[in-house]
Amino acid sequence: MRLSDFVQHLINAFSLGGIYALIAIGYTMVYGILRLINFAHGDIFTYGIYFAFYGVTLFMFPWWVSFITAIFFTAFLGALIERIAYRPLRDAPRISALITAIGVSFFLQNFATVVFGGRAKSFNPQTGMYPVYFLKILKLGDVRIRLVTLITVSIVAISLLVLVWIVYRTKVGMAMRAISKDIPTTRLMGVNADRIITYTFMIGSSLAAIGGILWAMTYPQVYPYTGMVPGLKAFISAVVGGIGSIPGAMLGGFILGVSEIMIVALFPSIAGYRDAIAYVILIFVLLVRPTGILGVEVSEKV
Amino acid sequence: MRMSKRLSVKTKGILTVLFVILMALLIAIADRKASDYFVLILNLIAINIIFAVSLNLINGMTGIFSLGHAGFIAIGAYTSVLLTLPIEQKEISYLIKPLIYPFNRIELPFLPAILIAGLVSAGFGYLVAAPSLRLIGDYLAIATLGLGETIRVIANNAWSITNGALGLKGIPAYTNLYWSWGWALITVVVIASLVNSTYGRALKAIREDPIAAKAMGINVFSHQVMSFVIGSFFAGVGGALWAHLITTIDPKSFTFVRTFEILIMVVLGGLGSISGSIIGAAIYTVGLEFLRVLESPFKIWFINYPGVPGMRMVVLSVLLIVLMLFWQRGIMGRNELSWDSIVSAFAKLRRGGKA
Repeated sequence: MRLSDFVQHLINAFSLGGIYALIAIGYTMVYGILRLINFAHGDIFTYGIYFAFYGVTLFMFPWWVSFITAIFFTAFLGALIERIAYRPLRDAPRISALITAIGVSFFLQNFATVVFGGRAKSFNPQTGMYPVYFLKILKLGDVRIRLVTLITVSIVAISLLVLVWIVYRTKVGMAMRAISKDIPTTRLMGVNADRIITYTFMIGSSLAAIGGILWAMTYPQVYPYTGMVPGLKAFISAVVGGIGSIPGAMLGGFILGVSEIMIVALFPSIAGYRDAIAYVILIFVLLVRPTGILGVEVSEKV
Repeated sequence: MRMSKRLSVKTKGILTVLFVILMALLIAIADRKASDYFVLILNLIAINIIFAVSLNLINGMTGIFSLGHAGFIAIGAYTSVLLTLPIEQKEISYLIKPLIYPFNRIELPFLPAILIAGLVSAGFGYLVAAPSLRLIGDYLAIATLGLGETIRVIANNAWSITNGALGLKGIPAYTNLYWSWGWALITVVVIASLVNSTYGRALKAIREDPIAAKAMGINVFSHQVMSFVIGSFFAGVGGALWAHLITTIDPKSFTFVRTFEILIMVVLGGLGSISGSIIGAAIYTVGLEFLRVLESPFKIWFINYPGVPGMRMVVLSVLLIVLMLFWQRGIMGRNELSWDSIVSAFAKLRRGGKA
């Protein structure tokens, strides 16, 4: 492989890994606080794309207005799901909450099929989703990159910086980190835990919406099951990095994105097994470190 | 529980034998007289009972939260089909790459194919269980989910074995009511006697508290592996029956949506109750058919309902959420339906529900 090809693949890998990281953070934050695998997160990602799509095609918003409204609506959707489906089960057995999450995921997919239709909608400049110059190919020496890939990488970087700032430098973030350690004690400190959990869902969902819109710019389609595969892979990224840990989710996302793109680029003959790479990595990492790379080992009290 | 209401072992035995004979008679009548559609539903109920009871052994009795059932069903289905598919059909189907030896030379009857399918599935279960049971709780769920999906991705790409995404068709329709209900009976009898043996009590002890079980001298790991392997065996058998009922299979039939469907049946009936799983499987299968009404137009008084395709899955998912929010124990909870409980329920009804 030539160096320029390698650099090109590496940039693509970072853009894919970045999207995985954005979605993975939503999984990891919810798991860190509620110990709940939010199976519906992949579908929240899908809805983010749908909101952006309908903002442009139905409400005739300019693309950037539509994207921003979509992010807000998706955040609201995440909070709504938490309020209706997860909050009543806060003290229920874990398996009930998990099955409810599966039910919500089912519901979102099937509702989208009924309301938005099962046919894929195209998300590209022809339908006015974003300006044509996003697809321009930039040449730096021998390296050819589409502008949209660079945009993806930079938006991911900005979003991750904002997230880190919220979690580690603001009061809400401090409360989030506190309730992920111990909810009752945090309540005693005068923190409204329910509200913080709502904020967590909103932040996770808006990151999923950002990831979704970026995803749709690269793979220009949206249909009710769009979020399933990237959602599952992002979830695996979160587990690989150590679920509950935000740096872990970022690391896991990049590991998965880079290995997926690089393995397919190096061995094109196994491209069909692309979707299995994530699972193989998952199983290997879990066998070596059962709580993920940056996960904390929790010893069980007897 | 009132001791006076207890039935003697002999009465219970006679009742059970009578019940089985009655069921066999009903199945024989259905096999001769009922419409194809009705027979299909009855077959699906039996196969779903096999899936639900075997998943319940793993999830409900042993407390291993496995989400890889669809993978074992796929292994069972593909193994059996590779053995029973007529050689001419194999030559027609494998367009992209020819089928590898020895499958392209053999054509077995149904029974050995089912047994081999179950054994291969159990073998995979053993291979999977050994590493993944080192994990606990949610991690185990994720790992088994990943393994189930990996099996599907392999099925999608191993063209010379599974015929890849094209799938296999023209499978002989061997499955009839006797096969499906016969295997459902075997599954229930084997798993129920396992659960009521010392092994079963050990499994339940592990479910309640693995550490305490270990302290009592139970080999937690080997019991969990046993439960997983037996569950996988019956998942494979069910997969074989299902493939020979529907007569076409492709990798899309075995996505993790299928695992979730079975999980719904188990939870609906009550996690940890075998009779619950049977009831859950029956209600789910029949209910899914009844909900088809929602997809065709109808009229209530003056309201015209246009009939929306896909609506039944929306209703189904809402029902699942509502079920979990308000009725987590399911129909049976962890109780079993027994002759004693039926008799005391009748006695209660007679007294006007006072007791």
